Amino acid sequence: MNYDVLIIGCGITGAAAAFELSKYQLKVGILERENDVATGTTRANSAILHAGYDPKPGTLMAKLNVRGSALAQTLCKALAVPYQPCGSLVLAFSEEENAIVERLYRQGIENGVPHLTILTGEQARTMEPNLSDRVTAALHAPTAALCLPWTYCLALAETAVRNGVQLHLNTAVTGLEQTGDGWLVHTAQGDAVKARYILNAAGVDAQTVHALAAPHTFTIHPVRGQYDLLDKSEGGRVGRIIFQCPNAMGKGVLVAPTVHGNLIVGPDAIPVSGCDVSVTAEGLDAVRKAAAQSVPSLAFRQSIRNFAGVRAVADTGDFVLEEAAPHFIDLAGICSPGLSAAPAIAEYAVELLKRAGLSLKQKTSFLSSRSHICFHQRSAGERAALVAQNPAYGRVVCRCETVTEGEILDALHSVIPPQSVDGVKRRVNTGMGRCQGGFCSPRVVELLAKAWQQSPQEILQDRAGTWLLACETKGRDTSCTT
Amino acid sequence: MYDLIVIGGGPAGLAAACTAWEKGLRRILLVERERELGGILNQCIHNGFGLHHFKEELTGPEYAGRFIQKLRQTGVEVLLDTMVLDIAENRTVHMVGASTGYRIEQAKAIILAMGCRERPRGAIGIPGTRPAGIFTAGTAQRYVNIEGWLPGKRVVILGSGDIGLIMARRMTLEGAKVLACVELMPYSNGLNRNIVQCLSDYDIPLYLSHTVTEIRGKSRVEQVVIARVDETRTPIPGTEQVFDCDTLLLSVGLIPENELTRQAGIEMDGRTGGAVVCETMETSQPGVFACGNVVHVHDLVDFVTAESQRAGEAAARYVLSGQKAVPVLEVQAGNGVTYTVPQRIHPDQVEKACPLFLRVNQVYRERGLTLTCGEETLATFHRDHLAPGEMVQIVLTKALLERAAGTLTVSVQEAT
Amino acid sequence: MRELICIVCPKGCHLKIDEEKDWSVTGNQCPRGAEYGKMELTHPTRVVTSTVRCIGGAHPRCPVKTDRAVPKEQIGAVMEALNQVTLTAPVRSGQVIVADICGTQADLIATRDIESNLQK
Repeated sequence: MNYDVLIIGCGITGAAAAFELSKYQLKVGILERENDVATGTTRANSAILHAGYDPKPGTLMAKLNVRGSALAQTLCKALAVPYQPCGSLVLAFSEEENAIVERLYRQGIENGVPHLTILTGEQARTMEPNLSDRVTAALHAPTAALCLPWTYCLALAETAVRNGVQLHLNTAVTGLEQTGDGWLVHTAQGDAVKARYILNAAGVDAQTVHALAAPHTFTIHPVRGQYDLLDKSEGGRVGRIIFQCPNAMGKGVLVAPTVHGNLIVGPDAIPVSGCDVSVTAEGLDAVRKAAAQSVPSLAFRQSIRNFAGVRAVADTGDFVLEEAAPHFIDLAGICSPGLSAAPAIAEYAVELLKRAGLSLKQKTSFLSSRSHICFHQRSAGERAALVAQNPAYGRVVCRCETVTEGEILDALHSVIPPQSVDGVKRRVNTGMGRCQGGFCSPRVVELLAKAWQQSPQEILQDRAGTWLLACETKGRDTSCTT
Repeated sequence: MYDLIVIGGGPAGLAAACTAWEKGLRRILLVERERELGGILNQCIHNGFGLHHFKEELTGPEYAGRFIQKLRQTGVEVLLDTMVLDIAENRTVHMVGASTGYRIEQAKAIILAMGCRERPRGAIGIPGTRPAGIFTAGTAQRYVNIEGWLPGKRVVILGSGDIGLIMARRMTLEGAKVLACVELMPYSNGLNRNIVQCLSDYDIPLYLSHTVTEIRGKSRVEQVVIARVDETRTPIPGTEQVFDCDTLLLSVGLIPENELTRQAGIEMDGRTGGAVVCETMETSQPGVFACGNVVHVHDLVDFVTAESQRAGEAAARYVLSGQKAVPVLEVQAGNGVTYTVPQRIHPDQVEKACPLFLRVNQVYRERGLTLTCGEETLATFHRDHLAPGEMVQIVLTKALLERAAGTLTVSVQEAT
Repeated sequence: MRELICIVCPKGCHLKIDEEKDWSVTGNQCPRGAEYGKMELTHPTRVVTSTVRCIGGAHPRCPVKTDRAVPKEQIGAVMEALNQVTLTAPVRSGQVIVADICGTQADLIATRDIESNLQK
């Protein structure tokens, strides 16, 4: 294998870069360690496209956040990614916090964030009736939006693949060797890959990949954030993303609707080593208590899932976007607002490649849109037409989220087909609802087994090693005695 | 236009449809989302069903089979593999199925019999990692009994409800090692007989007043940590025990499945998780009835059958002879009572008597359940033993109801 | 005096059994409880419910039960015996699958219908 540009890691940053590069006449490859895209930081975060008042003016974060959020609006539409421009509020609960809100306002203006206003507590409560009586002021940013990070990443990666990019899943990088005109990339799977340029988009492990190619320039401090996801019955509690004032550890605990109509609260910010995504009782408790300060009426017994994600925070305090060794470019330290900034980071990466000597020629034909059928979002008439056209759209597999067999088969026949039960879930939402896959997972296993021509026993819950079924019943499998 | 559409072909829907047919309705449609009738009974292959209704002990599939046979002898139209998506104005039902297509049907009456689902891990918020190998007991039951797969070999079960207990035995018989059954409360919510024949028979320890405090494992469950809890159900530090296992089964409660009900704007009861119903199982929407686990979670399918037969009969009466406006009494859950079903009673519609189902909030011994109306105690029902896991039935006679002038309250008597 | 919980029906009566007085049982609400109390202490038995392999039908397993209780110590042998069985659909509920299984005098019977895939 021989690439002009090889991207290491297929989270939102790698996928956005691949998408951007697929517009040019280049041979582009992506190496992803896991069996799917979007399995690291992209998978578990607040799912928010920030307006851009948070980062310090002049930083890459500030510049790329505002630009990225603006790009996302058109990109999500073109690529059929759920996007909900609901706006956000940052709440103040005291005189000191009023001052912080004012500072954020000035910062936002400087960063070029449009339509910012400061509201009184009263005005904020008129906008969001369930806010605490204690709110004294709020910063309103109408350009903040909700999106679905894994769909966003998948859509970018899929479109890149449809435009010729080669995605290699289950391929971990073990060594980088400088050659005359680029790099030789060694992988755990044996085959070495040649690349003229490398983009390091390895997320929490970006420092490790960097160390294979260049002297130390930054340190990644993984920070775990824990979330609580509530049932749709709580989804209407707020209509906007509700932040508290930022503190030393990040943007604080938010309360927000999700594109699926649930309610999410979180995250906390706990330094961890590596990709530790375990949840803790204390963390969950703290997140709930903090969220209840913003919205006291939250009914946490409606919780359907809690989870944690790890953000790759760099010690430089900003995104690390630079050529660290000849033809080796870091796209590292992509913590919040990385999701918002992704398409702008991709543009920036192309700029860095150009500066490093890569010549770019636009393709004459570029597929810039993507379609995706979501049965339950269709009207009665459209649903009837879909079922008439393909009966599989009439068979509801996930009853909580009304996901049909047709949608699952679409995913299984897509350019980046799911390889596990959670892979299906990320694509079509099966098992995301109240029963969390209790009813539909055996059906999803059945469909995966059929599609991959495997035994159900070989089907995984998620990444490698996440086996689901031990053995057949009725004792003929001798491996199955304890 | 159908006389009646029954949503759900489990025990509730089957009994309701059969009875509605017997009572004279002829255009009945039963809609079932699975590929076969019988509902969750098909995977409950153990015995213990039917002692009340059939006066003999049947397995789940046998119990379902009898009603399926009975239904086949009627002219009830059945749509399998078909899911109801919406109940719109004027009892218009939108449904979809691979061979059904997208269909919109109207009915004079509707019976909701969608059953319930299991509470997942998120609902109880167990800390730790998120590896594979965590199943609700019902999902594991489906894998073992219907699909023929053993989900794991070393198992810890959280929750001692009947499904958890039954699965402890079932997994053991199929060759797995069940290391512990862990119950948060100081008592089991399962039937005593199941503790004996599912745990004691196989020397599976039951840890009462314990809970799972952590799940460990990166890819698949590797360890489960349990700890004793205090009176406030908070884990006590220092009491942890670690089990090396590959599977955690959750049997932590059932939730009535009422998305359609809520969507249709039907009044709900936050305590049962189901619709508010009157003695005929009619909901707040005229002509829409509900029965079985979609109304409140039952302990015994026999009670589901009885309740569903009442719903079927009432739906038939509603279609054939209409409905008169009659006075209604509210029923309130008083001290020690968590809910009642029905929540409303029309004394004039009661022929001789109507059953009232309720659950209590803790274990009581030798207590009376009092039925009061204002200051007046109308009746006291003595019980030797009351527990949250055991649904209580009291029978309210017409004579008794006629003495009530306003809201009825059922309470557990204070200790004397 | 021994105490037991009756498992004959879901009521779960608390039984007291006097070994000295010919296993006389108190606390039972029905005659079956008395019978169970004595049996459980002298010769415990259980109905076995499980599944057997089934080919040619909608499901790969068919649920089965012993049509009467078998001695408790025979449960393992019964489970072992039904590992050896493979049915071919169609199967009818009540159909005898193994007569007098493991010499217990109980018949192993199917507890549901499984239609043949071929008929569809």
